[in-house]
Amino acid sequence: MSVYQKNELEEDETSRTLSLIVDNQPGTLARVIGLFSGRGYNIESLNVTEIDEIRNLSRISLVTRGTSNTIEQIKSQLLRIVPVHIVRDLTLEGPFIKSELALVKLVVKGANRVEALRIAETFRARTLDVTLSSFVFELTGKPSKLDAFIDLMRSLGDTEVSRTGVSAISRGDKTETKLLDQI
Amino acid sequence: MTLNYMTGAEAVIKALVDNGVEVIFGYPGGAVLPLYDALFENKKIKHILVRHEQAAVHAAEGYARSTGKVGCVLVTSGPGATNAITGLTDALMDSVPVICLSGQVPTHLIGTDAFQEADTTGISRPCTKHNYLVKNADKLCEIIHKSFEIASSGRPGPVLIDLPKDIQLTNVKYIKKLQKIKKHNHYHSNVDEVLINKVAKLLLQAERPIIYAGGGVVNSGPKASKLLTELVNLLDCPVTLTLMGLGCVPNTNKNFLGMLGMHGTYEANLAMHNCDVMLNVGARFDDRVTGRLNAFAPNSKKVHIDVDKSSINKVVSVDYGIVGDCKEILSVLVQEVKKLHNQKVLKLKTKWWSQINKWKEKDSLGFKQIGNNIKPQQAIKSLYEKTIDFDTYITTEVGQHQMWAAQYFGFSKPNRWMTSGGLGTMGYGLPSSVGVQIAHPKSLVIDISGEASFLMNMQELSTIVQYKLPIKIFILNNEWMGMVRQWQELNHGSRYSESYTSSLPDFVKLAESFGITGLRVDNIHNLEATIDEIININGPVIADIRVEKEENCFPMIPSGAAHNEMILNSDDNVKDTSNEGLALV
Repeated sequence: MSVYQKNELEEDETSRTLSLIVDNQPGTLARVIGLFSGRGYNIESLNVTEIDEIRNLSRISLVTRGTSNTIEQIKSQLLRIVPVHIVRDLTLEGPFIKSELALVKLVVKGANRVEALRIAETFRARTLDVTLSSFVFELTGKPSKLDAFIDLMRSLGDTEVSRTGVSAISRGDKTETKLLDQI
Repeated sequence: MTLNYMTGAEAVIKALVDNGVEVIFGYPGGAVLPLYDALFENKKIKHILVRHEQAAVHAAEGYARSTGKVGCVLVTSGPGATNAITGLTDALMDSVPVICLSGQVPTHLIGTDAFQEADTTGISRPCTKHNYLVKNADKLCEIIHKSFEIASSGRPGPVLIDLPKDIQLTNVKYIKKLQKIKKHNHYHSNVDEVLINKVAKLLLQAERPIIYAGGGVVNSGPKASKLLTELVNLLDCPVTLTLMGLGCVPNTNKNFLGMLGMHGTYEANLAMHNCDVMLNVGARFDDRVTGRLNAFAPNSKKVHIDVDKSSINKVVSVDYGIVGDCKEILSVLVQEVKKLHNQKVLKLKTKWWSQINKWKEKDSLGFKQIGNNIKPQQAIKSLYEKTIDFDTYITTEVGQHQMWAAQYFGFSKPNRWMTSGGLGTMGYGLPSSVGVQIAHPKSLVIDISGEASFLMNMQELSTIVQYKLPIKIFILNNEWMGMVRQWQELNHGSRYSESYTSSLPDFVKLAESFGITGLRVDNIHNLEATIDEIININGPVIADIRVEKEENCFPMIPSGAAHNEMILNSDDNVKDTSNEGLALV
């Protein structure tokens, strides 16, 4: 928004999940991130990995926040970046799945160990590492589920958290194959 | 060596030739020695040696903007590349197609803080449309061909290719440019005939329409300008142009209201403010144009044609956005308008025109040339009148002289006006004029300059002399950074902090030291004779035009104000600038 204008009817900001198909080459991620920092947009979560080795493509799953005007700008600006091929707005397209993985280390002794394991079981977290004074749990699911689990673990002891950021995909039988073939 | 195998450097030069490059502006250095070696024997590309890398990019911009071709630059690693950054940013802001080749330390030394190493792709990322670091010699040719496509397609812009020295020396197989390079798929013209028909109706039925056009029309090529003029004539509606768009409707067209915006004419800005339908063709609602946004053309339906989708609804929300190349969209729009025109749906605009004519009577560009001192406005006006029959190209620097040139010099064709609009780069005009004169050796090329801007890239005088470029440097010398002084007068209680250009050289002697002609004039009665002399001298001229020192550039929309709050001259009741306005540039 320009400095000349304070929008009187400031619309509510909402969270949006974008899914980008980009060339897997150095500099692409830097351009995407540079766009967000340079133009003052928010990034809530970002996740990027190669998804097509033959065509050398990566997917960036990105959660951002803004008014609908800002989101439209973000999408148009992203499409100007040469190695960005597809920008999908999953939130707008329809039902979609958002999933994230967290690794949570909990340092805990005594009675709280049993409580930790019980909570982990309720959340269907896997226990990846055990010592007499600690656990490492692995949990996947919606970010809100991960938040709840991490909050509970924090109340039991010293924690260390590593999260992947959101991965997202649309529900149903629609795929990007046709779009990808045009690249 | 088998056929088609050559060094990377030779492949680069061959690829440039393949892409139609005839001229390259550059400066040698350690990391580009193989490229300069490949240029040494080459007869197809003329290398122009500038005196600073920033000037190389501006020269390429001048070349590109006056020809419609891609401008080409060659600089060395480290300082060569960092010096080019201002030029690249300028080209990005004004959508000028430029290819910049930069040398880099050999791949195995990248990241070791080697001599003259800089993270060139990192530094240039936000100021290029795209950039490459060539790490694999097999990709070299493809990258160069692709870069030309990227620079010139859609919304044009600069592309930088960083070339490590070992890649320049490796043997590579030359790969020809494909007949059809796959277009960057983000710039599809969306020729939606239903939508364009709706827009045509809207324009025809409007009571107070206005067309506001910008650099996108110039970038789209001369055909777009012709179509735009045809549309204006069909609709008989007023048209105003941005700084970047000057020339795409002839200044002599009776419907042309002059430039709009901060230093635009009263009638153009008032017509924008009061219109009921606005058609924006290839402009981007820049803050110099709109003034205060919440009072910008408040009661109008807005249509925006732009090749860059992100320009639509970026700062001004519009009712109809059409993404596409101006000439493609305009050609359909003109057809639709013609069809409907025959059905006599065009609304009469007598009332609208009589209102506009009333605004014109204010004569917002009027000034009084009294006494012996030369008014800068008069200097430009006389220059225009004296050169009207010549094949003239104008470049400018940035500041008051630039605005006066935009106001008082008339352009009847596109691609005749080279100025730094978006970035506002002082020092743009002189190197830019080098590029223009190289592209048009027989034409009259004039750099309208201010004394402070001239000092920023005056090293290029040496380039001008080396290549015998008959450029006329027309310096409006008021011994001030005039625009800074003007804002200090209007917004900062006339506290002229550091805006006086002290210790100026004697411009006539400066010219003589380069072996070219220097002229000086400080009396209005000698102005015309001096201009005649400037034009008639066969060679470069520095003309020191001593003008009225404290003249302000009017009319003006003060910062933070709206179109209808223009001030016409110093006697106007100038409201104190709002606090919000003070924070604006």
